[in-house]
Amino acid sequence: MIAAPAQQRQAAGARGPRPWALALLAVGTAGLAVASLFVGGFDIDLPGLAADPEQLRQFLVSRVPRTLAIVFAAVAMSVSGVVMQLLTQNRFVEPTTAGTTQWAGLGMLLAVLLWPNAPFLTRLVLATVLALLGTLAFMAIIQRIRTRDKLMVPLVGIMLGAVVGAVSTFLAIEFDLLQSMGAWRSAGFSGIVRGYYEPLWVAAIVAIAIYVLADRLTLAGLGRDIATNAGLDYRTAMLLGVSAVALCTGVTSVVVGFLPFLGLIVPNLVSMLMGDDLKRSLPWVALTGAAILLLCDIVGRIVVAPMEIPVSVILGVIGSAVFLAIALRGRRAG
Amino acid sequence: MIKFHDVTKEYGGHRVLGPVSGRIEAGGITALIGPNGAGKSTLLSIVGRLMQPTSGGASVDGLDVRTAPTRELATRLAILSQEHRLDARITVRDLVAFGRFPHTQGRLTFGDHAHIDRALDFLELTGLQHRYLDELSGGQRQRAFVAMVLAQDTEVVLLDEPLNNLDLKHAVLIMRQLRRAADLLGRTIVIVIHDLAIAAAYADRVIALKQGQIAHSGTVEEVMTAEIVSELYETPVRILEVDGRRVPVVMP
Amino acid sequence: MRLALVWAAALAACVLFLTLGIQGPVEYALTRRATVLGAMVVAAFAHGVGTVLFHTATGNRILTPSIIGFDSMYTLMQTLTVFLFGATAIATSESIPKLLLQTGLMVAASTLLYGWLLGGRRGSVMMLLLVGVVLGLAFDSVSSFLQRLLSPTEHDILSIELFGRISAVPVEYLPLALAVCAAVAVVVWRRVHRLDVLLLGRDQATCLGVHHRRELTVVLLLVAVLVAFATALLGPMTFFGFLVATLAYRLAGDHRHRAVLPMAFGLGLLALALSQTVMEHVFDANGVLTVIIEAVGGIVFLVLLFTSRRAL
Repeated sequence: MIAAPAQQRQAAGARGPRPWALALLAVGTAGLAVASLFVGGFDIDLPGLAADPEQLRQFLVSRVPRTLAIVFAAVAMSVSGVVMQLLTQNRFVEPTTAGTTQWAGLGMLLAVLLWPNAPFLTRLVLATVLALLGTLAFMAIIQRIRTRDKLMVPLVGIMLGAVVGAVSTFLAIEFDLLQSMGAWRSAGFSGIVRGYYEPLWVAAIVAIAIYVLADRLTLAGLGRDIATNAGLDYRTAMLLGVSAVALCTGVTSVVVGFLPFLGLIVPNLVSMLMGDDLKRSLPWVALTGAAILLLCDIVGRIVVAPMEIPVSVILGVIGSAVFLAIALRGRRAG
Repeated sequence: MIKFHDVTKEYGGHRVLGPVSGRIEAGGITALIGPNGAGKSTLLSIVGRLMQPTSGGASVDGLDVRTAPTRELATRLAILSQEHRLDARITVRDLVAFGRFPHTQGRLTFGDHAHIDRALDFLELTGLQHRYLDELSGGQRQRAFVAMVLAQDTEVVLLDEPLNNLDLKHAVLIMRQLRRAADLLGRTIVIVIHDLAIAAAYADRVIALKQGQIAHSGTVEEVMTAEIVSELYETPVRILEVDGRRVPVVMP
Repeated sequence: MRLALVWAAALAACVLFLTLGIQGPVEYALTRRATVLGAMVVAAFAHGVGTVLFHTATGNRILTPSIIGFDSMYTLMQTLTVFLFGATAIATSESIPKLLLQTGLMVAASTLLYGWLLGGRRGSVMMLLLVGVVLGLAFDSVSSFLQRLLSPTEHDILSIELFGRISAVPVEYLPLALAVCAAVAVVVWRRVHRLDVLLLGRDQATCLGVHHRRELTVVLLLVAVLVAFATALLGPMTFFGFLVATLAYRLAGDHRHRAVLPMAFGLGLLALALSQTVMEHVFDANGVLTVIIEAVGGIVFLVLLFTSRRAL
């Protein structure tokens, strides 16, 4: 079911996407980004920007940060997904199905409970630290258990996430934070303004670091024995990969909220087109992720204007549909 | 007697077997040999109704394996596939007792216990019968599964590489028991096997598959020739005669 | 023997729960406690038996049936009710027809899934689980969005509906609930030997003359009925069934379902009755029972994951 399509992917990868395709994707994504800049409750257009200082201020305070936040968050989550799939050698693992996001959520909650007045940075650090610990625990578990079925791995991760989520819910009930926790869990970009989105730059930098480390991560994904045989320090490579994922997930969860499925569908879509070589596919993953999230956000802003549907809802619905299509397609082909 | 006609199996448009037709007469041991990916296990699984063919069909004792009630088939046909998964903690004896299920639907009688005892004894498992399967070595577990299939006490027994994980002693032990079941009880045994020397020593007939087709079929003497085996595996092989038996030897 | 001990302990715990420290009118207190006890019997049976059956059907002992989205679907249904009809609607609409409607919807949805994913030539139980999980996540994201739009009061009323509420089940529901459990028990008991064979996996079960796909579908449908009904009646419980089943495998000392199933049921009852008694009389805390049991179940799950050497 999972192994068989690899051949097709290999074949597709060998043929390779046409050189101009990546450029086309980049142009398309840029177009969506520009569209995102000019959609919204407050009318903004180009002549206005030049003439009206108020429009320019709105543009810089709200629209530009929002668009950048979308792009960075999308890159962070899709790249996290591809790295986790590489390290676990499992197509169905991503921060949501490994419990990483749930750990980040617990971290956020703990920060709010323990230091209610602490700066934003506290939440960020605690969320990232717990995301890191949780992901390491998940990796440790899946290395211990030998499993027959690849689908078992995400299912175990989801159960793990459910335990952590239940702990968070319990704490939230006790301290009457349930509804505000619901607000974090449901991600949206409507509240993103200047001075709030900047931590996401970290995610962008991590994505570049992953690009640099791509070959090592690919090797580590082949397993301890093969990696060691090839002279790679397996533990360090693994730790680097997991830290990168935790950092991306932590930052995105705190600033934006949970973005389900992005890390799952984007790498799978890209892998169908061009195989699994990380160095080659990473730009595709980043651009596709950004394009999808920009599109979901624009749709969410237009459909019920002047209100907004949070991007996580649209992503949840569209993402699950796309994911099922991918999974069932693999089932037919396999 | 086993019959199969025009059997094919395709995965995603890629054909791994067939079309093959043939019959395996009642009684005796038939060895299915051939290189990896020749379709041996696929053919065995289709006859044992563990796998649906893409086209064609198979019958055992005149029962079409696709349409006959699986419960009735289970009293005439036993198949041991290559992979056995097990999560429950089950003792060897309990596993072998499952072989009686088609006859009893779970309610064991005195006679059933006799069957179980005999199967355990045949495979030298009596001393291990109260151990849990997950405490055993791969070879011991393999013997337990073979014992279960023997306890099922069917006319037709299909075994997919039953000698996996077994040392020489226990491989020979199993083949001797199969030989006995064929000779004394008139069982029809079909076995997928990679060890040509053991196949030549114990089988009556050989069916050689290659690239999803039956390349050769006949007695051991007819099929186990240097020419046929060398061509089958694309590897130079000589066949020696030792005490009137065929012994394939690889040429370095 | 072990089974008898567990059941003796469970019954003792039930008696203790019914009689300990009654104050005021005896009849009133007894009726109230008997109602809660009835709900416990339903919860223990539905989650204990349902989880063991689910483990047998899916060939693993680590997942819980609610993973395939029953909880999420229930949450979505309740959230939608509050969202569309307001907070008062959810309180006034509680009735047997609504209970049956919700159970029916959940069973229908899972039947569709089973038919779709277990049928055909490449039916796969794991794919079934994953599709259920993904649909659950999609439901969750819609629910959490709708919950954000609720007023704080509506949200509070909804959250009461969304947590286990064993001590607040209306007495009128119990005869129906017990009848459902009894009906399932009869069906299960008639195929208790075939369930043992299912443990051997598809190939061996087929070899032994069990129609694997049909049995699998029947068993999963029973699971759907049990878990959907228990969820609609008592609210979502994710890890209780897991806790009880895991203990039952350890304590039954026998892999056969005729030993494991009654053991799971008995242990579930023991756990619920005992902890409720302790809660009420030692800690004087009422209503957090399911939260505590869920927490224990979750911890057991984690411990098992970290210590298990066996293949999943």
